[in-house]
Amino acid sequence: MSLILFWIFAGLMLLFGLGVVLMRNPVSSAMCLVVSFVGLASLFFTLDAFFIGIIQILVYAGAVMVLFLFIIMLLDLKAAPARKLNVMAWTGSGLVLVGFVALMMQVVLGNPALHAAMPALTADYDDVQQIGLALFTNFNFPFQIVGVLLLVATVGVVVLSRKELK
Amino acid sequence: MDFSAFFTPGTEIFLIWTSIAKTIGLLFLAVLPLVSLAVFAERKVSAFIQDRVGPNRVGAPTSLLGFDKDLRLAGLGQMIADPIKLVLKENFIPNSVNKFYYFIAPKLAMIPPVLVLAVLPFGSSLFGVDMVIANVNIGVLWVFAVSSLGVYGIVLAGWASNSKYPFLGGIRSSSQMISYELSLGLSVIPVFLVCGTLNLGDIVKWQVQNGWLIAPFWPQGFDLGRAFSDPKMIWDSIVAGFSFQRLLLAVPMLISFFIFLVAMFAETNRAPFDLPEAEQELVGGYHTEYSAMGFALFFLGEYAAMIAGSGVIVTLFLGGWSLPMVPDGSAGWFWGLVNIATFFAKVCALLFVFIWVRWTVPRFRYDQLMRLGWIWFFEIALANIFLTAVILAFIKR
Amino acid sequence: MALVVNRPKLSLAEKFYLPALFGGMVLTIRHFFLTLTGRKKTTMQYPDEKWDAHLPEWYRGAPTLVTDEWGRERCVSCQLCEFICPPRAITITPEEIPAADKWAKVEKRPKEFEIDMVRCIYCGLCEEVCPEQAIFLRKDYSITGYSRAEMVHNKQKLYELGGLKTGVVNKWNEKK
Ligand code: SF4
Ligand code: SF4
Repeated sequence: MSLILFWIFAGLMLLFGLGVVLMRNPVSSAMCLVVSFVGLASLFFTLDAFFIGIIQILVYAGAVMVLFLFIIMLLDLKAAPARKLNVMAWTGSGLVLVGFVALMMQVVLGNPALHAAMPALTADYDDVQQIGLALFTNFNFPFQIVGVLLLVATVGVVVLSRKELK
Repeated sequence: MDFSAFFTPGTEIFLIWTSIAKTIGLLFLAVLPLVSLAVFAERKVSAFIQDRVGPNRVGAPTSLLGFDKDLRLAGLGQMIADPIKLVLKENFIPNSVNKFYYFIAPKLAMIPPVLVLAVLPFGSSLFGVDMVIANVNIGVLWVFAVSSLGVYGIVLAGWASNSKYPFLGGIRSSSQMISYELSLGLSVIPVFLVCGTLNLGDIVKWQVQNGWLIAPFWPQGFDLGRAFSDPKMIWDSIVAGFSFQRLLLAVPMLISFFIFLVAMFAETNRAPFDLPEAEQELVGGYHTEYSAMGFALFFLGEYAAMIAGSGVIVTLFLGGWSLPMVPDGSAGWFWGLVNIATFFAKVCALLFVFIWVRWTVPRFRYDQLMRLGWIWFFEIALANIFLTAVILAFIKR
Repeated sequence: MALVVNRPKLSLAEKFYLPALFGGMVLTIRHFFLTLTGRKKTTMQYPDEKWDAHLPEWYRGAPTLVTDEWGRERCVSCQLCEFICPPRAITITPEEIPAADKWAKVEKRPKEFEIDMVRCIYCGLCEEVCPEQAIFLRKDYSITGYSRAEMVHNKQKLYELGGLKTGVVNKWNEKK
């Protein structure tokens, strides 16, 4: 069951990921990216990682992409014109792609730990709690630093945007 | 073939068919009629508030059956007549729209509110089946994530219509929804702090034991069975219900509730935050260019969002399906049904508040809206989290 | 005189907005319950209830033609009303009264008299201008029809609506 779901969602994700690159209309690209994010989140769901999946949707699909769409619409970007086929670019990117896939295959196939079956989750496994514990115990310090960093960034943005008003 | 697996709780097939049954039941027996009822109530309540009569003629067409008078039923037939009218209308498509997004936008606006319902516990249990479609441990986050997707329908409708008023409506709504999502999310963190879970079902169970979250006091140890034989018990339970902790906790909870309620108004684009469709300045906002079914879907989406939002508020703050002294579904199917009815009764009461506010409060100006969201609610919600944390630390010590 | 409108000084409660908000909510819910329980009633259920008995004397309804006390039509087909009618709702086809007729000395009478009620604006000028006191605005106000043709009142219909009017009528009512 979940294998079927995996292929459905993975296919969906890849298909719309391709759409992001291939679509001529920027709004279509953005929407493809949203669907791709939702596909990725669904993959997380099938792995019982509800928290990460939902944060994926909440942050990327729900907030970041809305802003992207917002900007695209405000700038009123037109669909990109079709370009001539550039043989050099295609061969170059093709080579890079082949190299990358080969590397990935080697890593995945060469590491026996990745093939061992994962232990099944216990029924009362609570991923929210696990993530919370990890963040606030083992990784508390980096977590705090990230928090401060974001706060500084926020304050900076506010200051910068206020300056323009004067 | 052996059908026993069908009726054995715990098997996969049982889970699947009950889930499908719950989904269909919730959608077609509860939500769609409720949408219809909400539209009717909107017209009727607004009429009464403005000293008018409202729709009062469409009833049962008994004259078609040979009786000499139609039954009026206080205009309840309008509930059916309105949707039929919308379905039968001509679907006019302006020439210059972006067809694909123009078609897909109303559907995108309608799906998120329906998805929100998936995690709402709309009853305790019926015949041992939990009355929630997906009992996931991230219930509230699911609500936020899915409702944050609702903005796409509106933005795309505004953009695809290729016309200035819908576009302005779409832009307004996206910035409004992003702004208010923050206060919406922050205002429920105190709830999690108090209940210690993100699971909506567990939050309701917490409230069943400890009382509704916004209640400043809650009778402890009240038992209906002993109420007559032991009247002193009633008094005792009320006295036991008064506690300093309870009163202290009610303060941040009331603040949370208020912010959540107001942010929910903004999320669902309801007055006084209905700037995306401000009739006086934007014609109809993002659905100006829509007619017939496209418009109907937006309409449906708005009301479904109201219902889902009310459901979330009821679940988080008003005790969900619980009523004091009413047992849950484990006491028999009758009480299970009572719980479901309780949930929807509370939702209806909140819907009334939605409508009541809409016909009372004038629309905010755009800068006021942003100010309110970013300067007031955002900050108050943040401070509220600290307040709750301090109170909890004080109580637990 | 230049009138200066002072900016109101808002008190703290007013700035806070919430008291006004709740005041408004209380007000609307009061109206809601008053109307719901029927203690406040402002709407007239129109086709079922009508205000007809209260129409004032000077009410300007549909223009009609009237006959005098001998049943003779008063209109002499002078066409003054036709020409004064602002939206040109009136069309008159005059006809010579045959010499054999008892009233031959009147000379003219309307062969056909049509008022297009789609056009009529109920201004009452036709009544005012008529030298013979033949056309009056009555109290009928709900003139309806399924087609434009139905909305044109012909002579017969106009007399039907107008009926009989005797004596000299003082139509220079200042309100009419
Ligand atoms: S009432 Fe006015 S508009 Fe009507 S027929 Fe007489 S003159 Fe014409
Ligand atoms: S003004 Fe009077 S008399 Fe002259 S045509 Fe009109 S109704 Fe007849």
